[in-house]
Amino acid sequence: MMRQVGRDPGDTVRAGSPSPSFEELRETEGTVRKRLLWAAAAIGLLLLLGACAPEASQDTLQPKGPYAEKLNDLFIPVFWVAVFVFVVVEGGIIWISIRYRHRKGRDRIPAQTHGNTKLEIGWTIAPAIILAGVMVPTIAGIWDLARKPPEDALNVTVEGYQWWWGFEYTDDDMQTSYGDNKQIRTADVLVIPEDRVVYLSLVGAGGQIVKDDPADSDYMVIHSFWIPELAGKQDVVPGRTNHILMQADEPGMYEGQCAEFCGLQHGRMLVRVRALSAEDWDAWVANQKGRGVTPTDGQASQGMDLFLGQLSGGRGSCIECHAVGGTDATSEAGPELTHFADPTHECFAGCIWETTDREALEAWLRDPEAVKMGSKMPDYDLTEEEIDALVEYLYSLR
Amino acid sequence: MADVAIERGGDPDAAHAETTTGLSNTKLAMWLFLASECMLFGALITTYVLYRGRSLVGPYPADVFDIPYTSVSSFVLLASSLTMVLALSAAQQRESGRMRLWLLTTALLGMTFVGGQVYEFTAFAHEGLGLSTNLFGTTFYVLTGFHGVHVTVGVLMLLSLFGMSYARRLPDDPSFPIEMVGLYWHFVDIVWIVIFTVVYLVPTPNPGGAGGP
Amino acid sequence: MATVTTTRREGILRRPMATTGFWSWFTTIDHKKIGILYGATALVFFLIGGIEALLIRAQLAGPDGTLLNADQYNQIFTMHGVTMVFLFVMPMSAAFFNYFIPLMIGARDVAFPRLNAYSYWLFLFGGLFIYSSFFLGGAPNCGWFCYAPNSIFDPSVGPTYYALGLILTGIASTAGAVNLAVTVINMRAPGMSLFRVPVFVWMGLVVQLLLAFSLPIITVALFQLLFDREFGTHFFDPTAGGDPILWQHLFWLFGHPEVYILVLPAFGIVSEILPVFSRKPLFGYQFVVFSGIAIGFIGFGVWAHHMFAAGLGPVANTAFGVSTAIIAIPTGVKIFNWMGTMYGGDIRFTSAMLFAIGTVTMFVIGGLSGVTHTIVPHDYQQTDTYYIVAHFHYVIFGGAVFGLFGGMYYWWPKVFGRLLHEGLGKLHFVLMLIGFNLAFGPMHILGLQGMIRRTYTYPESLGLTFWNQVATIGAYLIAVSILVFLVNVVVTHRRARPGDVADPWDARTIEWMTPSPPPIHNFDEIPTVHALDEFWHRKYVEDERTGRLVPAQAGAADGHPAEVHGGGHGIHLPSPSYWPLVAALGMPIISYGVIYSWWLLGAGVLVTMVGLYAWALEPSVASGDV
Repeated sequence: MMRQVGRDPGDTVRAGSPSPSFEELRETEGTVRKRLLWAAAAIGLLLLLGACAPEASQDTLQPKGPYAEKLNDLFIPVFWVAVFVFVVVEGGIIWISIRYRHRKGRDRIPAQTHGNTKLEIGWTIAPAIILAGVMVPTIAGIWDLARKPPEDALNVTVEGYQWWWGFEYTDDDMQTSYGDNKQIRTADVLVIPEDRVVYLSLVGAGGQIVKDDPADSDYMVIHSFWIPELAGKQDVVPGRTNHILMQADEPGMYEGQCAEFCGLQHGRMLVRVRALSAEDWDAWVANQKGRGVTPTDGQASQGMDLFLGQLSGGRGSCIECHAVGGTDATSEAGPELTHFADPTHECFAGCIWETTDREALEAWLRDPEAVKMGSKMPDYDLTEEEIDALVEYLYSLR
Repeated sequence: MADVAIERGGDPDAAHAETTTGLSNTKLAMWLFLASECMLFGALITTYVLYRGRSLVGPYPADVFDIPYTSVSSFVLLASSLTMVLALSAAQQRESGRMRLWLLTTALLGMTFVGGQVYEFTAFAHEGLGLSTNLFGTTFYVLTGFHGVHVTVGVLMLLSLFGMSYARRLPDDPSFPIEMVGLYWHFVDIVWIVIFTVVYLVPTPNPGGAGGP
Repeated sequence: MATVTTTRREGILRRPMATTGFWSWFTTIDHKKIGILYGATALVFFLIGGIEALLIRAQLAGPDGTLLNADQYNQIFTMHGVTMVFLFVMPMSAAFFNYFIPLMIGARDVAFPRLNAYSYWLFLFGGLFIYSSFFLGGAPNCGWFCYAPNSIFDPSVGPTYYALGLILTGIASTAGAVNLAVTVINMRAPGMSLFRVPVFVWMGLVVQLLLAFSLPIITVALFQLLFDREFGTHFFDPTAGGDPILWQHLFWLFGHPEVYILVLPAFGIVSEILPVFSRKPLFGYQFVVFSGIAIGFIGFGVWAHHMFAAGLGPVANTAFGVSTAIIAIPTGVKIFNWMGTMYGGDIRFTSAMLFAIGTVTMFVIGGLSGVTHTIVPHDYQQTDTYYIVAHFHYVIFGGAVFGLFGGMYYWWPKVFGRLLHEGLGKLHFVLMLIGFNLAFGPMHILGLQGMIRRTYTYPESLGLTFWNQVATIGAYLIAVSILVFLVNVVVTHRRARPGDVADPWDARTIEWMTPSPPPIHNFDEIPTVHALDEFWHRKYVEDERTGRLVPAQAGAADGHPAEVHGGGHGIHLPSPSYWPLVAALGMPIISYGVIYSWWLLGAGVLVTMVGLYAWALEPSVASGDV
C-alpha cells in the first residue's frame, strides 16, 4: 500500500507515490458544499409546493377539541426540541465533514485520539436530561387521559365490524320508544353534541354472519377507532373494552378511519363524527327514539315488503343482518338502518359513499362485491325494480 | 441440534483445535442452544399460565388430571437423568459395554415417558378434552406436546449413540458426544420439572364456579 | 488444495471435493462462499421487495388508485415488509457477518461450517417457500406483524405460508446465530481479547445473542398461529376466550429486538468505515461497544411501545414509555462517538464513507421521530399512520440499508478483488439520498395529516394527494439509484482492471492482511494480535522523537499482504458436503406437507432425517484430503 506525499511538516507522513485507485477518491473537494446547497434548495422548493397542497381533513395538527389539543400540546414542544437536536447533530456532522475533509495533495495522519471519558459522560447525561424533560409531561398526560369521564359525559359503545363502525348510545335517557326499549343505535356516523365530553367504550363486534364460504363470513378482529381532530386512537380488541375520551368544541363534521389493519377492506373503513349544536342534538335524539318510518308511497312500501320479507326464489332476506326499529328487522349483524335517510347519516357502507348518492346506493345493492371487494353484504341478484323499490324504502327512513 | 452434537463428537475440529475460552465449540454451542430453548419453553409456559382458568367450557384440569399417574411417569423421566449420568461415567472409564447398557436404559426410560404421555393424551381425549375443546386443551397439549417432541428427539439421539457405539463409529474416548447429548437430556428433564409443577401441581381456578361442572 | 476436484467414495454418496466451479456452490461450507451466497440471495430478494415497494407507491400515487385491488395490495405490502425484514436486511447482515467475522478475528472458518451451509440453504428455502404462495393460492396478506385474530380467521392460505416460512427462516437464523456467536467467543486469534475485536464483530455478537433469545419467542407465536389456523386451537381466538393481545406481546417481544437485529450490523459497518476514512481510531471504542450491548439488552424491555394504543393501561404505558426513552441514550452515545471519530480526522469522501455518513445522518432523523413516540398520548395519534412508516424507514432504510451499501462499497475489493467504480458509487449515493428523503420525509407529514398505514387507497377529500405524489417520485428515484448500483456491479466486473485491491483504503483491521479475495484458508499463518486496529499498528509506528505516527519502515513487511501469497499447504479444512443442503431441503417439504398432505409431511421428515444422519456420520474432513 502506497501513500501520498505530505506537505504539512508536523502532521504528515512521507511515503511512495499515490496508488491509481486513489485518484478517483480525490474528486470530492467542494462537492459537499454544493450538495448541501442543492439539498436546501430542494427542501425549500418542496415546502413551497407543500403550501399549495389542499387542507387535510384528518389533520392531527389541527385539533378541534380539548382532548386532541392536549396531545398536540405535548407534541409541539418535543417537536421543537427534536428540531434543535437535529440541527445541532446534523449541523455538527456537516461542519466536521467540511472542516476536516481531506485536501488534495496533502496526506495527513491526524492525531490518533481514542476517546474522552468526560465527553462520554457529558453526552450520556445531556440526552438523559432532555428525555427526562420529555417524559414528565408525557407521564402526566398518560394518567390524565386514563381518568374516568365526568358524570355528565355521553356514553357510547363503539363496535368495530368488518368493515364499518356501529354505535350504541348506552345512557338511560337514550332508550328508544319501540321494541324492548332498546338503545339508540347508528352506523357509520357517530352523532354527538358539541361541548360535551363523550366517553367511548370500544368493543370488537362481528362474527354473526356465517356463510359456507369462509370468505363471505365476517369475523371479530382488531380495529382501531380514530378521529384525529378530536382524540387519539385506541384499538378495538375483541374480548377487551378500551376507552376514548373526546369532545368537539364546534358543531361540524370530523372524519376518521379504522387505523389497525383489519383485513381486506381496512383501507375503506371510514367513519364520521357529526357534532350538533344543543338544539339540533335534542331534535336528533327525539327523532332517533322514534321507530322507523312506515312509508305510504307505493314504491317505498313495496320496498319495505321486499326488505322485511323473503326475496323470491330463496335468495335470502335483508333482515338476516339489518335492523329497522319497530319492525321485525332486529338483527345486529349488519348496519342499523332505522334512520338511514336522516340528514346526519351522511354516508354508508364504511362511509365510502354519500347517502344522498343514489347511483352509489343502487350499485351497492346491485353487486356489493363489484364496488367493495370482499364486502359481507351478499349479492342477492336483485332486479332493477327491486333495487328501485329498496332505495325508495331506504330513502324514506328519515 | 442433535446433528451438531454428533457431528463434532470427539472429532477435534481440524481447522482450529484450540479455542479462545478453552471450552469446546460444541459445548459452547450446546449451552447457547439450550439458553435459546429456555426462551422457547418460557414462551410456551407463559402462554399456559396466562390462560390458566380462562377456559369457557370444560373439561378443566381437575376433571382429567391423574396426578399419581403423571407423578410416576415424571419419576421415570427423572430417573433417566441418573442413568444418563451413569452412561457418561461409563464412557469416561471407556467401558463401552456398560455405557451402551445405560444409554439403552436411558432411551427406554425416555420412551416409557413418551409412551405414558401418549396414553395420557388418549385418556384425556376420551374424557372429552381435545386440542380445540377449550383453552386448557389448546395450551396443555401444545406445551406438553412440544416437550414430548423434545424427549423423542433426545431418545433418537440416545439410540443413535447406542447404534454408533455398536458399529464402532464413536471415537475411542466416547465421553464427549455422550456428555453433549446428556446436556440436552438433562435440560429436557429440568423443563419437565417446571412443566409438571406449573401444569399439574399448582391448582387451577375453574371459571364459572367452584369445582367445575 | 483449492483446485482439488477429485471425488472419492465416502459413505453413501461420493464425497464432493471441488472447491471451485458451479457445483461447488451447492456443497460449499466455506464461510466466504456462503457469505457471497447470502449476499447474492439477499440482493435478489431486495430487488423483488423493491418492485413490490414500487407497486405500492404507484398504487398510492393518486387518490382512488386502481392499479391493484385490495386483495393484491394487501399481499404486496405484506410481502414487501416480510421480504425487506426477513429476506433482505437480515440475510444481508448475515452475509457480512459470515464473510468478515472469521476474517476479522483471525479464524479460518466459522465454528460449524456445515451448520453454516445448512443455515443458508434453509433461509433460501424458507424464502422460496413464502414466495411460492403467490402461485399457490395467495401470498400472506396480514402485514408483517400479522396481527391475530385477523390472521387466524383470514380465509386465504397466506397467513399459513407466513407462519411456516418464518419458522423455517427462524430456525435458519437461530442455527446461524449459535454458530457465529460461538465463532466470536471461541475462535479469536492469539492475543485478540474481546476488547481488541473490531466493533463490527462486537455488534455481530450482540446481534447473534439477540437472535438466539428472541427468535424462539416468535417461533412459539408462529406455531400457535399455525395451530390456530390448521388444527383448531384457540390461542388467539376471542370467541373461545383467547386473547389477541397475546400475539402482540409475543410478536413484539421478538419484534423489538428484531429492530436492533436489523440496525446493529449497519452500526458495526459504520464503526469500521468512519475510522478508516477519517484515518483515526474509533472514538470511545469501549463506549460504542457498551452502548451496543446496552441497546441489545434494553431492546428486550421496550416491546409494548408498539402497543400503546392497544389498551394495556396507564401503568404499562408509563413503564414502556420510560424504557423507550432510556434506549435513546445509548443510541445517542453511538452517534456522538461517530462524530468524535470524524472530528479532527482527514476525511476522504469515498462512496463507502458517504454511505456511512448517510447512515448516521438519516438514522438521527429516525431516532428523533422515535423519541416523539415516547410521548405516549401523542403516540395515540402517530401509531398505525404513515408517521410510523416514515419513522421505521428512516431507521431501517436510513440506518440499516445505507449502512449495508456502505459495507458493500467498502469490502467489495476484499471479496471480489475489484473496486466498485467510485463515480457511479457517488451517483448511487446522491440519488438514493435524495430519493430516500423525498420518499419517506413526506410520510411524516402524511401521517400527522391522518393517513393510516396499510391502506390500499385514500379518497381525494382527505387532502393527502400532494405528498403522496412526492413520495412516489422519491421511491422511483431510489429505484434509479439501485439501477446505478447494478450498472456499477456489471461495469466493475467487465473492466479488466482489478487495481491495487490488497489494501485500497489504508484500512485498520486484520481482514485486510489477507490477499483480496482471501484464499480458502484465509490466513497462511494466523496473526498474533497486539492491539485494537492491529493492521494499522503494523503499518504505522509512533516516531519516538516527535510522538507522531509514521509508516513503519522495515517492519511494515510484517504480515503485509504482498508476502502472504501461495501458502496454505498442510492446513486441513473441513470438506464440502451435500448433506446440509439435503437436510435443509426436507424442511420446506414438511411445510408443504402441513398445508397439503400428511404423506408429503412424512416424505419431508424422511429427507430431513436422511440428511441429518448422513451429515452426522460423515467425517468433517474427508479422509485422504491432505
